[in-house]
Amino acid sequence: MRHLIDIMDFSTEELQQLVDTANDIITQPAKYSELCRGKKLATLFFEPSTRTRLSFEAAMYELGGNVIGFSEANSSSAAKGESVADTAKTISCYADIIAMRHPKEGAPLVASANATIPVINAGDGGHNHPTQTLADLLTIYREKGRFDHLTIGLCGDLKFGRTVHSLIAAMSRYEGVKFVLISPEELKLPSYVKKEVLKARNIPYTQTTDLEAAMPELDILYMTRVQRERFFNEEDYLRLKDSYILTMDKLANAKRDLAILHPLPRVNEISVAIDADPRACYFKQVLNGKYMRMALILKLLKEAGTI
Amino acid sequence: MNIDAIQNGIVIDHITAGRGMQLYELLGLEKLDCSVAIIKNVHSVKQGRKDIIKIDADIPVNLDVIGYVDPGVSVNIIRNGELVEKRSIDMPETLTNVIFCKNPRCITTCEQEIQHVFKLTDRKNKVYRCLYCETKAN
Repeated sequence: MRHLIDIMDFSTEELQQLVDTANDIITQPAKYSELCRGKKLATLFFEPSTRTRLSFEAAMYELGGNVIGFSEANSSSAAKGESVADTAKTISCYADIIAMRHPKEGAPLVASANATIPVINAGDGGHNHPTQTLADLLTIYREKGRFDHLTIGLCGDLKFGRTVHSLIAAMSRYEGVKFVLISPEELKLPSYVKKEVLKARNIPYTQTTDLEAAMPELDILYMTRVQRERFFNEEDYLRLKDSYILTMDKLANAKRDLAILHPLPRVNEISVAIDADPRACYFKQVLNGKYMRMALILKLLKEAGTI
Repeated sequence: MNIDAIQNGIVIDHITAGRGMQLYELLGLEKLDCSVAIIKNVHSVKQGRKDIIKIDADIPVNLDVIGYVDPGVSVNIIRNGELVEKRSIDMPETLTNVIFCKNPRCITTCEQEIQHVFKLTDRKNKVYRCLYCETKAN
């Protein structure tokens, strides 16, 4: 049984297939509108997440399927003390595929080991969020037409930002990719990611605290929010939350075809004035996320023999 | 110093000097009723000094524990006073319920029945990471 727990579960060929399917869905949506008729997606959200849950639900509805589930742990049997393993076994009796978000890291992996249907990790604490990476990848491909030979700037919280770690891992597999890591000292990319991903694969990267100085060479700028929920200490959060705010004047030296991405939600790290700039891709990214989730649901259900 | 030869049992040899007690504890040898000898700082031509553990019973030992604590150790199986098997133990690819994840955000910290599994992610630097949250083992 195939699952998606970590973006690295899929080969670059499989990611390209998903991108191709998503692009085909975009051009010919009617072709896909009945493929999941009679099938059910269970959205098991043990912590609140509006956009990811709604994206999965919209994806399943656009494939002609149905959705069951819950949107917080209090309204699930977890509140009664049920284990993730038992929840996965139980939901396997009701649904055809699971999308799970859980505050504990590794919970979707536990679910996948116990479910008899495919499990998609919809975010496990600060660990992985592979379907966000799928949205990022489709956006990069649609904006640039390729995954190779790109200079990717990652800005903001590179320490706790799970989307950053997953994107680095995914993009490190393509030739000619270079990373520019832009963050305050306290939120630098963890050394193990540098050592075990970047250095291990001889991927060139530079580290800086200066966003404007890095701007001219970037093909992609991936902005991130400093997330309050990842800090144990409120003081640290307040001190670091406004480290980088992207404004129009900071884009003065940027390439004309720069693509600005953000996993959203944003707080104030991208000025609203930038939304109208053609280089702003973060709302396209949201839409791309839905198409990639559609492609993913189709892939996993096909491999499971369900459709 | 003389320790009697064993007739049926296990000799864990070439332990890096100083790690004998750690192995004794992780293997749970204190729970055995048979004779167990820990010999520390034995002269070794190859290692300079080494530790040795002799267990006077043919019991199953967790080779993964040995490979994790001290790769390169030899495990010798003795039957009827004869050496019948000699194995050099390498680092295992996975460790199950040998070490435990200390990340408070890991699913293993709140679900009691889950096995604690660590995978070897960097053999050169002997790095093991939790299968669930990828936190590095200390």
